[in-house]
Amino acid sequence: MNEQINELKSQLDGQLSRVSTTQEIENIRVAYLGKNGSITELLKKMGGLSPEEKKSFGQAVNVLKGYASQAIANKIEELNKIELERELNSLPEIDLSVPTHLVKGSYHPITLVQRHCENVFRTMGFNIEDYSEVVTDYECFEALNIPKFHPARDMQDTYYLENGQLLKSHTSAAQNAIYKKYKDALINEGRPIRAIFPGRCFRNESTDACHENTFFQMEGVMVDKNISISNLIFFMKTMLSEVFQRDLKVRLRPGFFPFVEPGFELDISCAICGGEGCPSCKHSGWLELCPCGMIHPNVLKEGGIDPDKYTGFAFGLGLTRLAMMKYGVKDIRDLNSGNLTSLDQFTDDK
Amino acid sequence: MLISMNWIADFVDLNGVDLNALIQKFSLSTAEVENEIFYKGSDLSGVVVAEIKSVEEHPKSKKLHLLKVDIGEESLVDVVCGAPNVRVGMKTAFAKLGAQIGEITIAPRELAGYTSHGMCCSEKELGLSDENSGIMEIFEDVALGTDIKEIYQIDDIVFEVDNKSLTNRPDLWGHYGIAREIATLCGRELKPLPKADLSVYNNLPKIDLKIEDPLCHRYSCLQFENITRHISPVNMRIRLFYCGMRAINFLADLTNYIMLEMGQPMHAFDSRKVEKIRIKRFDKPFTFKTLDGVERNIDENTLMICNDNSPVAIAGIMGGLDSEIVGDTSSLTLESATFDASSVRKSSSRLAHRTDASQRYEKSLDPELTVAAIERFVKILSDFDSGVRVTSSLTDEYAYKYDKVTLNFDKSFVDRYTGIEISNDTIVNTLTALGFGVRVENDSFTVDVPSWRATKDVTLKADIIEEITRIYGYDNFNINTTVAPLFPVRAFLEKTTDEQVKDILVKSFGLHEVHSYIWAYTDEQKKLGIEIENNIKLLNATNPNIETIRKSMVPNQLCQVKSNTSYAADFGVFEIARVVNGLKENGLCKEEKKLCVTLFSKTKDVATLYYDLATILSSIVDDVKHQSLEYKSAETTLNYIHPRNYNEILCGGVSLGYIGIVHPTVSKKIDKKASIVFLEIDMDKLVSVENKGIHYVEAPKYPTIDVDVTFVSDKYAPIASAIKEVNSPLIKKEAVVDTYEDESGKSITVRLTFMHEERTLTKDEVMEIVDKIIAILKNQGIEMKQ
Repeated sequence: MNEQINELKSQLDGQLSRVSTTQEIENIRVAYLGKNGSITELLKKMGGLSPEEKKSFGQAVNVLKGYASQAIANKIEELNKIELERELNSLPEIDLSVPTHLVKGSYHPITLVQRHCENVFRTMGFNIEDYSEVVTDYECFEALNIPKFHPARDMQDTYYLENGQLLKSHTSAAQNAIYKKYKDALINEGRPIRAIFPGRCFRNESTDACHENTFFQMEGVMVDKNISISNLIFFMKTMLSEVFQRDLKVRLRPGFFPFVEPGFELDISCAICGGEGCPSCKHSGWLELCPCGMIHPNVLKEGGIDPDKYTGFAFGLGLTRLAMMKYGVKDIRDLNSGNLTSLDQFTDDK
Repeated sequence: MLISMNWIADFVDLNGVDLNALIQKFSLSTAEVENEIFYKGSDLSGVVVAEIKSVEEHPKSKKLHLLKVDIGEESLVDVVCGAPNVRVGMKTAFAKLGAQIGEITIAPRELAGYTSHGMCCSEKELGLSDENSGIMEIFEDVALGTDIKEIYQIDDIVFEVDNKSLTNRPDLWGHYGIAREIATLCGRELKPLPKADLSVYNNLPKIDLKIEDPLCHRYSCLQFENITRHISPVNMRIRLFYCGMRAINFLADLTNYIMLEMGQPMHAFDSRKVEKIRIKRFDKPFTFKTLDGVERNIDENTLMICNDNSPVAIAGIMGGLDSEIVGDTSSLTLESATFDASSVRKSSSRLAHRTDASQRYEKSLDPELTVAAIERFVKILSDFDSGVRVTSSLTDEYAYKYDKVTLNFDKSFVDRYTGIEISNDTIVNTLTALGFGVRVENDSFTVDVPSWRATKDVTLKADIIEEITRIYGYDNFNINTTVAPLFPVRAFLEKTTDEQVKDILVKSFGLHEVHSYIWAYTDEQKKLGIEIENNIKLLNATNPNIETIRKSMVPNQLCQVKSNTSYAADFGVFEIARVVNGLKENGLCKEEKKLCVTLFSKTKDVATLYYDLATILSSIVDDVKHQSLEYKSAETTLNYIHPRNYNEILCGGVSLGYIGIVHPTVSKKIDKKASIVFLEIDMDKLVSVENKGIHYVEAPKYPTIDVDVTFVSDKYAPIASAIKEVNSPLIKKEAVVDTYEDESGKSITVRLTFMHEERTLTKDEVMEIVDKIIAILKNQGIEMKQ
């Protein structure tokens, strides 16, 4: 009987040493250990043996069975290793230096600059408003203390429409509506009016690299009981430092705008030379950035707010100019060109 | 406006003042000064008074002369000179060897065989005027060899004030007004203007004068004769030249001088042409020749100065050619007047003729200036031409007087407005220096506004704040934040939705945001064969291409797509902006904010691209409103839209806008092979749609069963409505998994996903529902494909 066992063992060893696929191993497993496998058959032959013989033979077959299971398992593992090795080797090293070509969308640069500014003002408690582009003479001029034939209208070449309306020449055209919208909350609940209103403005002028008839501004107002010039300077300095993400110096000069009194031109220290003077600030160390001022009492009154009780300040930021400064856009006309070759660079800028 | 420091120094003692710092301070406290400051005379040295002792013709040149000049030294100097006005005994300006004239250093120079040891100079060469017809003649009685800088005010600092920043300051349109600011800024006294006393002429006859129109506020005039001086004093000419004006003759120069000094324009007529001065408008238009020789069309709104009924000048703008001072003029009439500011402004813009005078009148000049200017004129005139005789008494009609402005306020008002502490003394001193009359009692101020600030500039308490703070200096302010109760800042849905949509389009679909103009691109659209939709127009467009306001953004966007066809084989653009959709009942524009998206593809067929666009739209509506969309076939007369593929977009019962395929004739003009589709929706309508929000559904606990059924149909809509009709809660999802076409026509394969919330479904109960759907569709003639 033991010869049979030894024979089976060497037969198994021989077969296992020749296999190269898992299927062959499975066949071997069935041939030896399956229901009718040769090792299982050996156990079936034990019927005619004496109890002693049964015991020693049974033990020997079980040892063989254990050996066979282990040998098969080892062989499977060995084959899996080879297979994995083959799989790993089949994939070459991938060259990541090849340029990728994911198609990405893009925002208009004005959107990016506008979002940045809006975030700054939102954190300081300002509402963000939207306003129409076609406005009335009242909204754009009369309500802003610019009566008909006022010389200040010289400063704006306005696009007039056939029905007497006009394309707003400045975002200040929204001021009156903003005051009327929030005055009740101001007067009854003591909520200060803090709002910004970005928007598109239009001026009737011929275009070149520095001039556009269509551009974006962002106006801001703040009205409360004791808003002072000191507050105005503080807010302008703080907000502009946030917008430009550096600690700015600001400087106010008198400026004439009929809807503010006093009115100012605000200069910021030149970012390029830090105030030393360079060609971009015409050697003055300062860049004229935005007009601002204390809201004219007539303008508050027209908005339903008593100028003897409330004061406020207003400012106007040129978003188009900010975008050009920020991204180094040299020709303002690029912005409305719709030219994707230049515009697709503005993927995002948070 | 150019300002001469020498002129200012006539009225303010500037000794020891740092002038550059002063100009800087002026810019920060009064009005913007242009960056470039001119240091006149700084590049001129070594030019002296010389007398020509002999003149000889140059043997080889017709133009040149050989001179010997005396410059007060031991020997005469040999000079070669090309000027035509050389003569023996003439005194002139001579640049000695080593002299500096601009960039040039004078050195001995060979001229046609003779050496010139210096140069006789013209006024232009010296930078004193634009006179270049000959060398400068010096009449002053000074020793030869005297540096000309000792006799003339050549060294000067000239700075330019930005006119725009003077729009509201009529008082700053002359040097005296600027001097008042400068005196205040450096804390020095403002000297009074030297003037003549006109009361001595009170016995002389008056000029026949009548203001017949309220647009003339004041008219003052005086007659003179026997003016013998023709050329203005050199210093006067230098000042005029430094301030940008050409010298003409003494009389004209003097009117300009007074204008630059006091801001009051003046005009001199030949007295023979203004015997009866009448100021009025005419009923009918006519033409009138101004003294620059231009024939101008005068309409019935233009105020005229007349000699009885014949116009002699356009009020506040320019005199007439016929009444100009001429060679045989012996008597002249000087006008100094004030006119209605907006009338002058309108007339000058109608005539497209803006003069130094009209520019000042537009700012609402102080009518108190008219007589003062005549007094000043007479003073200077008689200083330089002692033979002048005044032949009339001052004739002055003062038709419109401004109200006197007095303002009352408390210290607390100033404190509240400034947010800082400014002392009563500072307030009083500042306002007094600026010419305001100030009384203060227990922190309560009463301020009389001077006439030169009271024409429109200073009318309110807030205007006084500006006066106090600008002189105080904004750089000197302590700055402080505000204190206010805290309130939430609510997002404004009209704004946030825009941003949400932009993010979806850029981040999920790789589209590009563009901006376009608010008007229809007329020329570009014509090239694409797109008809311009009739809409409201601009009245004053400089270019017909931008005249019509757009009704839809789609055509503009197609023009932009056209210019990008070589950008990529596939791309999409979008814009959120405004259009005007005609007029509302009240006559105002119906402005609408739209989202416009256009997809362009050279690789996809138009149906696929159309589905892509619908997918984008569904994604927007799902993200923003958690709603789904429905489409309804729409009709259009617009010639750029495919007539069979144009759909109204509905969401939650609201019509959002339209989606369509570009008409092949237009599409082919954009690109022969590309597919182009567009959509335009109204952003306010999108905002108005109810946001259904997220409703959480637990993940299925029991297995789902998918059943695919194919129907022979070219439309999905009836299948969708049949599914809806059976109204089974077991149908969890429906999806189109395939569409194809064969001999039996178009087929659509639908996958229905079934699930029961509490148990495993059987095939039979699922098929029962499917059979119902099949039956409904069969009734409508839609067969299931076996």
